Amino acid sequence: MSSVLVSTTINGDPIEFACPPEETLLDSLRDRVGLTGVKEGCGTGDCGSCSVTLDGRLMCSCLVLSAEVEGRQVGTVEGMVENGQLHPLQESFIDNAALQCGICTPGFLIAANALLERNPSPTEKEIRYALAGNLCRCTGYDKIVRAVQVASKEMRKKSKKTKKK
Amino acid sequence: MGNDTSYTDQKFEQVGRRVRRPDGVDKVTGRAKYGADAYAPGQLVGLILRSPHAHARIKKIDISKAEKLPGVKAVVTCEDLPDLTGGNRGMMDILENCMARGRALYDGHAVAAVAAVDKTIAKQALKLIKVTYEKLPHVTDVDEAMEADAPVVQDFVFTSGVEPKPTKPSNVSGISQFGHGDVDAGFAEADVIVEKSYKTEQTHQGYIEPHACLANMSSDGSGELWVTTQGHFVFRNVCSTLLGIDIAKLKVTASEIGGGFGGKTHVWMEPVALVLSRKANRPVKLVMTRDEVFKASGPTCSTSIDVKIGAKKDGTITAASASLRYQNGAFPANWGMIGAMTAYACYDLKNVKTVGYDVLVNRPKVAAYRAPSAPMAAFGVESTMDLMAGKLGMDPVEFRIKNAAKEGTRASYGPVYGPIGIGPTLEAVKKHPHMRAKLKKNQGRGMACGFWFNFGGQTCTDLNIGIDGTVSLTVGTIDVGGSRASLSLIAAEELGIDYEQVKASVADTASLGHNDMTEGSRGTFSSGMATIFAARNAVEVMKGRAAKMWDIPVEDVVWENGGAKATGKAHSNLPPLTLKEIAAKSPQTGGPIAGHNETVADNAGVSFASHICDVEVDPETGSTRVIRYTVIQDAGKAIHPDYVEGQFQGGAAQGIGWALNEEYIYGKDGTLQNPGFLDYRIPVCSDLPFIDTEILEIPNPNHPYGVRGVGETSIVPPLAAIGNAVSNAVGVRLNHIPMSPPRILKALDEQAGG
Repeated sequence: MSSVLVSTTINGDPIEFACPPEETLLDSLRDRVGLTGVKEGCGTGDCGSCSVTLDGRLMCSCLVLSAEVEGRQVGTVEGMVENGQLHPLQESFIDNAALQCGICTPGFLIAANALLERNPSPTEKEIRYALAGNLCRCTGYDKIVRAVQVASKEMRKKSKKTKKK
Repeated sequence: MGNDTSYTDQKFEQVGRRVRRPDGVDKVTGRAKYGADAYAPGQLVGLILRSPHAHARIKKIDISKAEKLPGVKAVVTCEDLPDLTGGNRGMMDILENCMARGRALYDGHAVAAVAAVDKTIAKQALKLIKVTYEKLPHVTDVDEAMEADAPVVQDFVFTSGVEPKPTKPSNVSGISQFGHGDVDAGFAEADVIVEKSYKTEQTHQGYIEPHACLANMSSDGSGELWVTTQGHFVFRNVCSTLLGIDIAKLKVTASEIGGGFGGKTHVWMEPVALVLSRKANRPVKLVMTRDEVFKASGPTCSTSIDVKIGAKKDGTITAASASLRYQNGAFPANWGMIGAMTAYACYDLKNVKTVGYDVLVNRPKVAAYRAPSAPMAAFGVESTMDLMAGKLGMDPVEFRIKNAAKEGTRASYGPVYGPIGIGPTLEAVKKHPHMRAKLKKNQGRGMACGFWFNFGGQTCTDLNIGIDGTVSLTVGTIDVGGSRASLSLIAAEELGIDYEQVKASVADTASLGHNDMTEGSRGTFSSGMATIFAARNAVEVMKGRAAKMWDIPVEDVVWENGGAKATGKAHSNLPPLTLKEIAAKSPQTGGPIAGHNETVADNAGVSFASHICDVEVDPETGSTRVIRYTVIQDAGKAIHPDYVEGQFQGGAAQGIGWALNEEYIYGKDGTLQNPGFLDYRIPVCSDLPFIDTEILEIPNPNHPYGVRGVGETSIVPPLAAIGNAVSNAVGVRLNHIPMSPPRILKALDEQAGG
């Protein structure tokens, strides 16, 4: 049993770790890198709790082998706070009570952020379909969709202000 | 002097605010620690070997090869979990469910477990354990299990509730009967009688976080357990009993919980983690896979129900009866009894009789699932209510209003109701704009009602005031959906301070007295009550301190607007002292300031809801979409309205999944065919519309703020509401849940052909 050495960038930081070749990115992030904000709900790519971005693209980290992220950029929920400030989506999830137990929240935040980067003003339907890969059992999704709507508005306002400057 | 629990009808400053929850930032940044997020130095990976058979005798378990594998630190079987239950059969059932003893009773039943230095080695070790099985006949269907020639699941089970006492073991563990009046006479009086039989399939709570724990036993016999649970004090007591540990020597810390819905009120594997740790003398982390969650942590019952209702032409129900058969998995329970209690709880009936049957099958031990047993009974009764309204030519809402229970009604399960919300929720349905919205082709509207008892239970709360005037509120009920915010609002209200000055947390079992589970919608009701009394207790202490600071008799001090005020002309020159000022002086006036309360929170007010639902059925595929949904429920008093709405919406969504998609599918061999979220499909975001809510507030007279539990009732009406809507959309009435596309297509084909 020989390990592979993986050099990668996680939330902007250079990270190296060794792991068995069959280990998933989910297990390495949690057990070797210490990023337990990435959650395991199923291990089969059905629940989205382990959502991360890989070179900016939304992925289930349980379906990616750690060896595959060599030299690439991984983004997790722990990287969403910038300069000590919560991301507008994070603020909106708290303000709009979009979480109950909160286990699915990191995955939803990553997926919603991936959506808003691609489409800054999604319709309700576009939000619902973009988040259809993330399971939530507490909320019935109502307040999650509303929180994403509020955040997208906030982010558009902010980006207008930045452009004016 | 006892605490006065009666409703005060006071004006609120803090209660009712939609504040940010105290655990919000942790949960949006990934800092919050759930069951699988704890790590201990030297920890091992635990894994469980499970039976691939529905029912089998375990002839031999050979662990010798697994034990010899380098890196394996412990292998355990039932030999390592001796019977210390002292004849307590309930405890024995928990132990036997954690680890099979001679017989595997269902697909997924644990037979052995390992702890190794890493996951790879632990997996190899599982493969090296050789189990010799002798397959036995099995039964997984509730009706088949009741037949005379069915394989007997447990030979110690004799039907209770029948005379004379049976001499042969049976899969029917109990028969229970509820009601009053004379149903035969009532049916004889009826102008119209409707009879119908129903089936509902087994569903899982589907919490996104699998069961997980970190067990750490010391060689001195004491231990620690970190676990995702709805009740760490109960888990401590159960694990202590099963492993022979003194209660005080096992400290259980509850992690953040990633959903429970009743499924995390039961001990499934924690004793195994503790015994692995004890044998290995190292910490052991044990986390279920999703496959294990489906196979070996309890789903709810599948059921088979017969309903009969008789009514006069004017819509008065003259008699109602039901026979309710619930399968409880491989261990005895009383879910059928509870179904029989709830079935007709919404109505004021002169003659009513329900009989519940509790039945064993070769499926996992059934667990509580949000208002457990009530949704299936309501599916049968509320579907039949619509059929009856149709036969009478009455509006279904008017028909229900005419027969609705009210204050003074004797409930079908025994007690006489105080002020209740069923009538008001039905009146609110009538007035709701949803009822007047236009429908298109293949769309239909349905409504249904639901009931849940609610529960209070043992509760213990501490409130400590810091030297800076901020307040630590320490509770023992697990926060499943925002209760720390609600309880902080209550503490702030009582003390007369701002919400931001209070921080609530959940204590471990070494830091607070016993608390029952967060179950029965009791979290905010019971810990809220204990918080009120703990705060009042602290106020008395602070009045004493203020009196000391002023050097006046304590009788001349009152508490107003978050501070002490001296009363009477003699003290008119004394400016009020704020909580902060009193706290700052506490080292000089008698030391720390705290309030405590220990109580059994009785008289949780019963809860009622009425739901309205619009569906669209695609006649080509049989697929059904919910296009509009409204929940109207009595909350007594909504402490934090956001999280009350959240409970209404979440319960409705679970009910929608149950009604349309979710189902345990067993093969002929008795094994579960769909133990994963791909094939057991819970509603996703694109399946659902926004779920509208209307909170009614009919105060519970037995809570100072009027609070009723709100967590469970919302899952009760959806099954029937959707069934009624489908019937109104395409003219077929489905009597089998879930109303999945194949079942709807079959019904449509039969309608077209017949």
